[in-house]
Amino acid sequence: MLWACLHFSDLPLRAVFDDGEQTQACAVVDGPRQRQHIVMVNAPAKRNGARPDQPLAAARALCPALQARVRDRTAEKRLLHSLAAWAYRFSSHVSLSEPDALLIEVGASLHLFGGWPTLERRLRSELARIDHAPAIAVAPAPAAARVLAMRHDGFFTSQREPMLAALGCMAIGHSGLDEKTVSLLYNVGMRSLRDVFALPRPELARRIGAAALATLDHMRGINQEILPLYQPPDRFEHCIELDDRVEAWPPLLFPLRRLCSELSLFLTARDGGVQRCELVLDHENRASTHVVVELLTPQREARTLYELMRSRLERVALAQPVCGIALLAKDLPTLRPQHQDLFESRRAQALDWPELAERLRAHLGDSAVRKLASVADHRPEHAWGFDIDANPIAELRTRPLWLLRRALPLRSVPLRILAGPERIESGWWDGADARRDYYVVQTREGQRAWAFLAPGTSDGWMLHGWFA
Amino acid sequence: MTALAPVALDEVLKHPGIWRRSAATQPHVRALPTGLAELDALLPGGGWPCGALSEILFEYDGLGELALLMPALAELTRRRQRVVFVAPPYIPYAPALGAHGLDLRYVVQIQAAAAEGAWSAEQCLRSGSCGAVLSWLPEADYTQLRRLQLAAESGDALAFLFRPARAAAKQSPAALRLHLHSNADEVNIEILKCRGNLDTLRSTRLLRWRS
Repeated sequence: MLWACLHFSDLPLRAVFDDGEQTQACAVVDGPRQRQHIVMVNAPAKRNGARPDQPLAAARALCPALQARVRDRTAEKRLLHSLAAWAYRFSSHVSLSEPDALLIEVGASLHLFGGWPTLERRLRSELARIDHAPAIAVAPAPAAARVLAMRHDGFFTSQREPMLAALGCMAIGHSGLDEKTVSLLYNVGMRSLRDVFALPRPELARRIGAAALATLDHMRGINQEILPLYQPPDRFEHCIELDDRVEAWPPLLFPLRRLCSELSLFLTARDGGVQRCELVLDHENRASTHVVVELLTPQREARTLYELMRSRLERVALAQPVCGIALLAKDLPTLRPQHQDLFESRRAQALDWPELAERLRAHLGDSAVRKLASVADHRPEHAWGFDIDANPIAELRTRPLWLLRRALPLRSVPLRILAGPERIESGWWDGADARRDYYVVQTREGQRAWAFLAPGTSDGWMLHGWFA
Repeated sequence: MTALAPVALDEVLKHPGIWRRSAATQPHVRALPTGLAELDALLPGGGWPCGALSEILFEYDGLGELALLMPALAELTRRRQRVVFVAPPYIPYAPALGAHGLDLRYVVQIQAAAAEGAWSAEQCLRSGSCGAVLSWLPEADYTQLRRLQLAAESGDALAFLFRPARAAAKQSPAALRLHLHSNADEVNIEILKCRGNLDTLRSTRLLRWRS
């Protein structure tokens, strides 16, 4: 195993301040309300003399424009979770090392990403795009990677010896051990981890306790550390607030495209698809509009999802200006990708049937595209249906290709009777009782009709189908 | 400048874009047999033209206008190709379709309003994932027909369009146009137009369809 530790040192700042606000002097404070002290400052504040552990009042005196906000640990946790979701695309072994670091197992997929230097460049550039610049260190033991990331940004080794050498140079104060242990070790003359590693283990255990020794063992890779793995959430929920009030759908397309590409990334990481999702359009003072998008088969491609949602959105009449758009997806079935023939030559515009059916449904409505099926029932109006997986025995009697939705009186008296009568008497059990004599008749115009009479009568022809 | 190598005239005339009226070979038309030997004999290629629009014009419902297609559609579903009914005027009765040999797993109905019928048919034809598309567009104009014809070509599908008989007088880009004439005793097929037919005399004959 090879672990990369990403240490996000400015997480407390990022959790409470927007990117735009960071150009001014900002500080995160903590502690009781009367004696708040500074936890972290950004670069402009540092230039003005503000430092961590300073009382807030002192920092304010040095830097009057300082914006201070109380530390929000839940927001930090949320931010770390979103970073873990991002990291999940590089490895299935992602662990949150709270409060401010991520551990990613990179050994298994190092070859896939083309070696560590390439992967590191990619991690850094993707994070730079969302304005994060973590310190990264790679080592065979996760605890060692975590410690090394704090001091040696860019450190990489896949071997145990260089890792131990690098750890040995670390000062005790930076070792990640708790303060009590650090001061104890410092007082007996230990300055670096190398001094500590040189001590016999039983002696060390007696002096610093089992917990601290376990930390040291994890760091050295003597004992495997058990890490809680990050599990991606089983639902997607993302919202974009709009700066302006939008009254028509075209301006919504841009945020929609972003939501779709985020959903697609999320689904790719989960190796799933989406079959049912919901677009929520928020209005200022009214209940929000819900647009349910149901698909025939799970999908996850951003372009396809966007096209389908777009055509559904186009049909929504916006009664109120929209101030936010959200995308919710709870039902995320596994995606079985379509098999495609390696040698199949597809034309540029060709669409698969599922894709075509989705496009038609998006445009015409969810129930517009249906498969015809026959049902085992004697009554003609019940002998057919849509989308039924039935396999009744083949109809051997004469039946017309067109069936009328409702029987109508035949306009003229039939010229001649070609076949019949065929008595159909059924349905006494479900209240739709039918008792009719069916005939194949020909009209003066040469049409062949399927018409019935009530048994025992010879007048009052009812037309029920055409032999088209 | 290099001189062009002399080419024999015979070689030039072999170009597929050149067709000579006097040639014994007929232009090749890909077709799906209609299942009606007499009709096949009259049609170039011997059946419904593939990748093209065929029009069926009729006066009244119930002349067997749909039954005319059934053998070809059954063959398509046997080949696991989809048959799509776009905005049919009545319910395509599933037991009867089954009795005509269609595999209902490949039969799809699309419900569409009049304005969207042509769009849906065009989408299906263009996609290349449908074997045949049947549509009922009584008000279709020349542009729509042209679009359907082009879509059928690009998707290599059979397009069937059912229209009232009064459209017979109008111009149409369809590759094949059949007109069903009926009287009290019989129904006859007249071939109004078929692309690639050289023997203009033989197609003027009426063909007995049902009596």
